[in-house]
Amino acid sequence: MLKDKAHSISLLVANRPGVLVRIALVFSRRGYNIDSLVVSPTLDPNFSRMNIIAHGNPEILMQIIKQLEKLVDVVQAKDHTDTDAVEKELALIKVRCTPDQRTEILQLCDHFHANTVDMTATSMIIQITGNSQKVDTLKSLLQKFEIVEYIRTGKVIMLRGEEQT
Amino acid sequence: MANSPLSGAEVIIECLKREGIDTIFGYPGGSAIPMFDAILDSNIKVVLTRHEQGATHMADGYARQTGKVGVALVTSGPGATNTFTGIYTALMDSSPIVVLAAQTTTPNLGKDAFQECDTSGMTFAAVKHSYLVKDSNDLPRVMKEAFHIARSGRPGPVLIDLPKDVTAGPCTAPFTDKMDLPGYKIPSYASTESVEKAAEYLKKSKKPLLLVGHGAMISGASRQVKELAEKLNAPVCCTLLGLGTFPTDHELSLGMLGMHGTVYANKAVLDCDLILSIGSRWDDRITGKLDVFCKDAIKMHIDIDPAEEGKVLQPDVFMCGDAKLVLEQLLPLVGKLDTAEWVKTCQSWKKRFPLTYPKQGGLRMQHIVQTVSDLTQGKAIVTTDVGQHQMWVAQFFHTNYPRQLHSSGGAGTMGFGLPSCIGAAFGNTTGWPVITFCGDGGFQMTEAELATAAIHKLPIKIFVMDNKYLGMVRQWQDMFYDKRYSCVDMKGNPDFVKLAEAYGILGLRIKRSADAERVIQKALEYNEGPVLIHCECEKEDNVFPMIPAGAPITSMITEQPKTQLEKPTGST
Repeated sequence: MLKDKAHSISLLVANRPGVLVRIALVFSRRGYNIDSLVVSPTLDPNFSRMNIIAHGNPEILMQIIKQLEKLVDVVQAKDHTDTDAVEKELALIKVRCTPDQRTEILQLCDHFHANTVDMTATSMIIQITGNSQKVDTLKSLLQKFEIVEYIRTGKVIMLRGEEQT
Repeated sequence: MANSPLSGAEVIIECLKREGIDTIFGYPGGSAIPMFDAILDSNIKVVLTRHEQGATHMADGYARQTGKVGVALVTSGPGATNTFTGIYTALMDSSPIVVLAAQTTTPNLGKDAFQECDTSGMTFAAVKHSYLVKDSNDLPRVMKEAFHIARSGRPGPVLIDLPKDVTAGPCTAPFTDKMDLPGYKIPSYASTESVEKAAEYLKKSKKPLLLVGHGAMISGASRQVKELAEKLNAPVCCTLLGLGTFPTDHELSLGMLGMHGTVYANKAVLDCDLILSIGSRWDDRITGKLDVFCKDAIKMHIDIDPAEEGKVLQPDVFMCGDAKLVLEQLLPLVGKLDTAEWVKTCQSWKKRFPLTYPKQGGLRMQHIVQTVSDLTQGKAIVTTDVGQHQMWVAQFFHTNYPRQLHSSGGAGTMGFGLPSCIGAAFGNTTGWPVITFCGDGGFQMTEAELATAAIHKLPIKIFVMDNKYLGMVRQWQDMFYDKRYSCVDMKGNPDFVKLAEAYGILGLRIKRSADAERVIQKALEYNEGPVLIHCECEKEDNVFPMIPAGAPITSMITEQPKTQLEKPTGST
């Protein structure tokens, strides 16, 4: 048995009602959870691209990918876990802060190329994009202040070079 | 009104005709009325069942018998939910059926309207594919795709959820052969590389074993399986659903393997140095404890479903493709193997450990099955229900022809026997008698379909093998649960002869072994309509051989153990 780790699964699917349920069922019938999910139409509006992150036994996830590929509405299912792909996430982090804490927060943001997208007398919303690790690091550094709310998009993945994801 | 467009319902019926469908099984209701109305003007026969579960099992039995797609037509709400067991049964056994389920009107969807149920939502996990049609003009394409998906590749059930306004409204779209299925792939030939690798392994094998499953039967590979077995001189065992694909009476046949398989098949599994699965999916009933199953043998697997690769065990070679085509690829690459010793060993096991049953005591189900097999010379279409009798049919009926035995294998659906027999009878073109063996438990789950058989005067032979117990559960409680019988006593069973007579069906009775042959002969000669044979059997008989669930094959039990056994670790 190999050790559990997060897997990035990319799917090309028919853009039809019910597709998401069929895909979710392949995970849920084994009691597997989907950690994050991104869905968007492709250049051809008849198809959607999905990126799923899921934890679990790698052998079982391989089986899950085969069963996803078998679904009539799934054109392609690929595991991009160890491939050379651009992986990005976007997160919004709302921090409660006093005016004299702002400078330190802004310095952190600057270091991480994060932006301030909202600011009030008592709070700030910071927007960060990047790989998961970068988002995690900024979040943990901001925990020194009070994080009021936090949301992230889930990973979008694209293969480098001309090859299609 | 010559120029008015066809209604959605009329288009559906016309599509059925274009798919070559002449018989369907159904039960009407409010939302389904437009379709039942349109079918009046066609020459398609609608078999009115007594329950929607029966309709799906009949469609399934028809499909297994003919190899064509079976069709069930039902109404919305409870009509649709009643089909779920049948849909799941078809999925587990890769049987091609299309279920046309009526639905409330599209504006009512999601509003808890009368007899509304999220049919497509509730069946996602039990179908090969499904549709919720919201525009009548999609019907020609959806019907084309549904039948194509149901019958091709690894067959399975397809459900079409049909709102009433879609079937009642006009459809102006032309009939079409065009499909829009970019994600649907059908494997045909396996990669040359995989087949060459398999041939190499075969050449080195001294003790090969062929394992024949339902996939081989579905692809029509019976002849190729026989050719391969004879060419290699390799013994062959079958799964429950594979039985008949390779003749049981062939000298290389070892019969069924697995939990209640023959001693010699299971010994061969333990001792072989190579096992080649042809369209079998290494079900837990076959492998027993996985880490010791064919531990040192080379494992090779032919399957049309790519998701079967490595699902249960990792094979040394996986050949993804249609069993018949892959065998045709493999045959020219192999020749006779040095297996004389191995075949002799297998044949000596056959002699030493034959299938037997006790002759003393009351009437035995095994005796009934054996007698029917002998009197028909094995030339009969047989369906079974689920339980002890099912295993005894697998053991004692001499299956020598593909599509001869139909049984709910994967799902183990009690209630399958009678309706699947009715469906098979509608599809039967062999001229052979159509027979079902049921236990008293399973029979009562769908016995209302006696009316369906009676109305159509189907000359089917219904053996109700009544031991007044849920025999298989009782056997487990006997062997593994200190004989603590819990809810297995079928007290309250009717007199099945009288029940048959109430439907205008001939009822016969067998109480003693000595009467079996005479009564069975009479039943076989009666062709005016259905006949029910109430067999009053020995109450407490157990199926052997048996490998307890989850145990290794070496733990095979061949007779009633003297002591209490450990509770099985495997599922059911």
